[in-house]
Amino acid sequence: MKFKDAEHLLRMAFLFVAGLIVFVLLRNALVPRSFGQYGHYRGDALGEIKARPVAYAGHGTCETCHSDVLEVKDKGKHTHVACESCHGPLAKHADDPTAVQPEKLDTRVLCVRCHEANSAKPKSFPQVVSADHSAGLACNECHKPHTPVIEAEAKATGGKKK
Amino acid sequence: MPTFEGFMYPNEIELQWSVLIVLYPFLTGLVAGAFILASLERVFRVEAVKPTYRLALLTALAFLLVAPLPLQLHLGHPERSLEMYLTPHRSSAMAMFGFVYLWYLMAVLVLEIWLDYRRDIVMLAQSSTGWRRLLYRVLTLGSYNISEAALDLDNRVGWIITVIGIPSAFLLHGYVGFIFGSIKANPWWSTPLMPVVFLFSAMVSGIAAVMLIYMVVSRIRRTPIDMRCVDAVAKYLFYTFIIDFTLEMLDLIHRIYESDESFRSLDFMVHTRLFLSQVILQILLGTVTPILLLAVTQVFKLSEAVRKRIYSLAGSLTLIGILAMRWNVVIGGQLFSKSFLGYTTYKMGLWAREGLATAIVLMLLPIFILWVLVKILPPWPEKEKGLLSHAASAGD
Repeated sequence: MKFKDAEHLLRMAFLFVAGLIVFVLLRNALVPRSFGQYGHYRGDALGEIKARPVAYAGHGTCETCHSDVLEVKDKGKHTHVACESCHGPLAKHADDPTAVQPEKLDTRVLCVRCHEANSAKPKSFPQVVSADHSAGLACNECHKPHTPVIEAEAKATGGKKK
Repeated sequence: MPTFEGFMYPNEIELQWSVLIVLYPFLTGLVAGAFILASLERVFRVEAVKPTYRLALLTALAFLLVAPLPLQLHLGHPERSLEMYLTPHRSSAMAMFGFVYLWYLMAVLVLEIWLDYRRDIVMLAQSSTGWRRLLYRVLTLGSYNISEAALDLDNRVGWIITVIGIPSAFLLHGYVGFIFGSIKANPWWSTPLMPVVFLFSAMVSGIAAVMLIYMVVSRIRRTPIDMRCVDAVAKYLFYTFIIDFTLEMLDLIHRIYESDESFRSLDFMVHTRLFLSQVILQILLGTVTPILLLAVTQVFKLSEAVRKRIYSLAGSLTLIGILAMRWNVVIGGQLFSKSFLGYTTYKMGLWAREGLATAIVLMLLPIFILWVLVKILPPWPEKEKGLLSHAASAGD
């Protein structure tokens, strides 16, 4: 076999090798240096996440100013639901309560996140088919979110809903 | 929200894998099957199927180019999929598949097609004009040597590539079955038979597709169909189909006999929600009917016209059956709850990103790509003769 008869194959092989080199160079350029430092992720990501400002103030912080609301909440079913679970992250509000005000919540959207009926939820958990239950009315027209049992119903059952 | 009955866990109500994920194994199956048909001629020297050899390779390439698109459309961030090449996770079968795909595309298909067409490419580079000339000149890589010794070398290297290509094709589609077969939480999918069943069904669909494409293309070109070739292809389709059907029945009988805790739920599903797609389309129309039709052509001496009609019908039904099989695997595996107490439904959108219209476009796209490929690299021997005379006259 003469060299010239295999020349085209060498040209193709050269193309493949060139492709491989380009891939290796691209990989070196694109993969962050800290990738794989601790595991299959970017090591620097840990520091970056750590450096992020804290978004949630925490239940304890809310209590320092809103103890009256917490007293109401403690009497109802939502006693173990953290404030920011519904109101959202409010660390900025805690830092400067007058400048940053929490948004007004739409209970039609908020409450169904937990209380929309779903067969996977335990039967003991309060759940409704919102379309049938309220026909578009906001939940807080009848329920007070911090003590969700309706007052007339609460009187009849002695304050606790079964 | 889809309607469901009984008890479903919240993350089971809506299907995560849509019709596009049904298309994906269908497309890769056609690739693997078409390539294996091509290898019959190249490696196993089945001369009868030679007229389909180049067409099978181009079909495999056209479908392989489209195969990742359904996955890309399914992803929220398709651009991130390229990261599996940069930072592959070796424990992820899906990530490793990126390399299998690239290997099969570049090292097997493109290389084999290039080697097989090199003589034509050189001749076309000398005889064509305009942008085509430029394209062919690029494809020659600057080497115009088509001496007998060079072509003989191409032939030998091509043979080695095909030999490597066969296990690669098995790997390509076996992997797709493996993805489903290795999901131990899903009893509809979790069986070691899955990769083997996928592989044989891939061969069935690929052979049927190439047979149909060859017949349709011959009709369009108004050239006579080489019946010796189509008879041979149909014979291989028949044999492969029997193995495929046997494996599927083995899986079914095994499930029925084993009757594990999932059986009642799966059995209910087959008799209700999957009855049309599994029992009617996949088994009766898509498997038993084509096998019987092909058996008739093997047993009785039929006229050419009748055989053509039977092959067309059997081929079309086979493709419908294999598509239904992919549907039943992908969609069927998501219709029941892991609690075995509930069933959900799949409602396919029409114009949605993962809807019917997208699926139809993705099915037509490989045909269009094949048309372009056939225009650039004609697989017909007659054309080759024309080229040779043209090139010879150009050389004078």
